[in-house]
Amino acid sequence: MIGTGKIKQYANVLDKPLGKGKQEVSLSAFAFLFSELVQYNQTQVDNISELETRLEDAGYAVGARVLELLCHRDKGNRRETRLLGILSFVHSTVWKVLFGKVADSLEKGTEHEDEYMISEKELLVNRFISIPKDMGTFHCGAFVAGIVKGVLENAGFPAVVTAHFVPVEGQQRPRTTILIKFAEEVLRREARLG
Amino acid sequence: MAAIYSLYIINNSGGLIFYKDYGSKGRMDTNDSLRVASLWHSMHAILQQLSPINGCSGIELLEADTFDLHCFQSLTGTKFFVVCETGTQHMEALLKVIYELYTDYVLKNPFYEMEMPIRCELFDINLTQAIQKDRVALLGR
Repeated sequence: MIGTGKIKQYANVLDKPLGKGKQEVSLSAFAFLFSELVQYNQTQVDNISELETRLEDAGYAVGARVLELLCHRDKGNRRETRLLGILSFVHSTVWKVLFGKVADSLEKGTEHEDEYMISEKELLVNRFISIPKDMGTFHCGAFVAGIVKGVLENAGFPAVVTAHFVPVEGQQRPRTTILIKFAEEVLRREARLG
Repeated sequence: MAAIYSLYIINNSGGLIFYKDYGSKGRMDTNDSLRVASLWHSMHAILQQLSPINGCSGIELLEADTFDLHCFQSLTGTKFFVVCETGTQHMEALLKVIYELYTDYVLKNPFYEMEMPIRCELFDINLTQAIQKDRVALLGR
């Protein structure tokens, strides 16, 4: 089958192998598309938190599909059942496929048991975006938070995911942190599994 | 040493959307900078018609006794011009770099409205870096 030396024509498109596809996408094309997504949603909402919710919903759809694709392609259809397993899957595999690099860091929250944080110096989606001062705490990373939420919820780990700016001393631009707060049932199940 | 005195960006209707001065020589108050912008816009348009060469795209360089003015016009009519010391080299390259920064950090910003004054933090940061690098390179030559 593989490497027959000539391109096999498939009668049914569903029989075609699920290839890796082209690995590179134009950053400019994505930036313009994302900018348009934000602008379109701005016209549909009345306030900032609604805008964040819309971006999150858009990301959720992406996350759900990315999970299915990566489980089949990279993990050989094995399902993650442990918390740390799914978190490192998001932190490495999902980030690598979506943004071309693993996330900068994955940390456990110190104050609450159910909080985890993925940090990034600057999210790819925010690369060209400058938030005006009057928009306060709005973060276009809500899109990425939605992606993470989509992956986690569809893997069976319901969570509330948000994106925040964290000021860093000595640097002009703040870091971005994706804060993941797992639901009660996840922690209970994790405790039961030992 | 400040080879560049000031930088102006004007939209295709002649309105000033960005102005930055470097050093006291280029400094101008808001009204004057707006006047310079619209003055340049009109001069550019008129001289494009006056040019004896067919297919002229407008003024690229204006040389005066105390300053030089280099202008770059994009395909959409947005003009980037820089007022600098006489004889400063490589301003066209710098203008091209600034144009690239404009397309990246201003046009890809969803919060920027077209033809409006530029208020993008990332653009300012990267512009400062580019000018700084250019200044260092100039000193090195």
